[in-house]
Amino acid sequence: MDKSTVTKLISDDGIRCDGRKVDEIRPIKFQLGVLKNTDGSAYVEWGRTKILVGVMGPRESHPKHLALADRARIDAFYRMASFSVEEWKSPAPSRREVELSKVIREALQPAVFVEYFPRTSIDIFIEVLQADGSTRCASISAASLALVDAGIPMRDLVSSIAVGKVEGKLVLDVQDKEDKAGESDMPMAYMPTKNAVTLLQMDGQITYEEFQQSMEMLKKGCLEVYKKQREAIESHFKVVEPASEEA
Amino acid sequence: MVAPGALLAEGDYEAGFNVYHDGEKLYASMVGLADLRNGAVSVIPLRGCYLPQPGDVVIGKVVECISTAWMLDIRSPYQGVLFASEFLSKPLNPLREEARRFLDVGEMVIANVIAFDRTRNPSLSTKDHGLGKIQRGTVIDVDFTRVPRIIGKKGSMISMLKKESGAQIFVGQNGRVWISGKTRDDEAVVAEAIRKIEAEAHTNGLTDRIREFLLSNRR
Repeated sequence: MDKSTVTKLISDDGIRCDGRKVDEIRPIKFQLGVLKNTDGSAYVEWGRTKILVGVMGPRESHPKHLALADRARIDAFYRMASFSVEEWKSPAPSRREVELSKVIREALQPAVFVEYFPRTSIDIFIEVLQADGSTRCASISAASLALVDAGIPMRDLVSSIAVGKVEGKLVLDVQDKEDKAGESDMPMAYMPTKNAVTLLQMDGQITYEEFQQSMEMLKKGCLEVYKKQREAIESHFKVVEPASEEA
Repeated sequence: MVAPGALLAEGDYEAGFNVYHDGEKLYASMVGLADLRNGAVSVIPLRGCYLPQPGDVVIGKVVECISTAWMLDIRSPYQGVLFASEFLSKPLNPLREEARRFLDVGEMVIANVIAFDRTRNPSLSTKDHGLGKIQRGTVIDVDFTRVPRIIGKKGSMISMLKKESGAQIFVGQNGRVWISGKTRDDEAVVAEAIRKIEAEAHTNGLTDRIREFLLSNRR
């Protein structure tokens, strides 16, 4: 990790500490079908953030009393590896991990046709291998690809990104350093073809005008993430040719 | 090829499999190949799990014996239930006889889905010709979405497999294939051919390639 001290996070000509412009996202690379023992999986490298997602299900719900009579139960398990952050992270589930699990589940749930599989459960396991900010956005985006890989019917993909306020300027795709030093952080999850927001959080302080501007930046950023997701799906299934002999 | 959320059609089209309506527009809900037939748009899935349909013939593996029924893993989110009355020709008295004497955990059964509506587990039956416990041969698991390809158009692939290998083959709708040949080697060759079909599904000229594969590997 880059441990050099940066006095200013944004230079006078609008370049951030990692060389990006204020509205530029980090290099993002998605990959589908990376695990053998899950029903669907995805891996993402989002700048220096690295996350592995596995999906199991739909399968019989255990314990049975938690099964829902009219729809599938979705559970997300967000977990950070002990080595994922600069300081050692205790392997015990933290308050933050429990909260993020809930938030991620609720961001994905509107996209999934849960009513197709009553009484079953769909489990989403998210392992953060390396964290450098925007892990919830990367987790949501990768988890939606893992759900596609598992063949679970969905309304749309879910794309996610964050906008932060750093040294008075709004910046797209916040990394760890900017998140910690910045004035605010606002992650959003979004279904691009539905134009529907499934998650919007904010901490810190921004003005109403900044909020409106952030929303524009977030939508634009989500569409960029969506493009990467589509590319990953296409390259994973590209072996497929037109089926002339299909039964 | 389409991904979930892809806009497929607008206006006067019917929504087929794996396609959903949103107002006038039709979108894909699964990753797969878009297909337009008789005014209905559907998506042929490339991934997915098996959902039982009444009338399907499936291959199940016994996972549990209850007093008068067996629970079968049918590679679906829902376990199949095979009642003793649907498996034996006579009623089973649980006080006198144990269910597992007839069918034990781990054994394979070819069965018919008689009822399923997602509120209860699918009921299975073996009361038809060609159904019942599997006594010999090999059972392999295949990707459920490749089942139509293994059968082929009007059964072209499966009849070719049977003819060229001389083995008995049965493809369960749930993505399990039973192969019974003269020797284990025969079965292994057919299993390998089926793996090849699974990997190369949706490519042109597959039937001919599989025929060549079988002929060159026949012992």
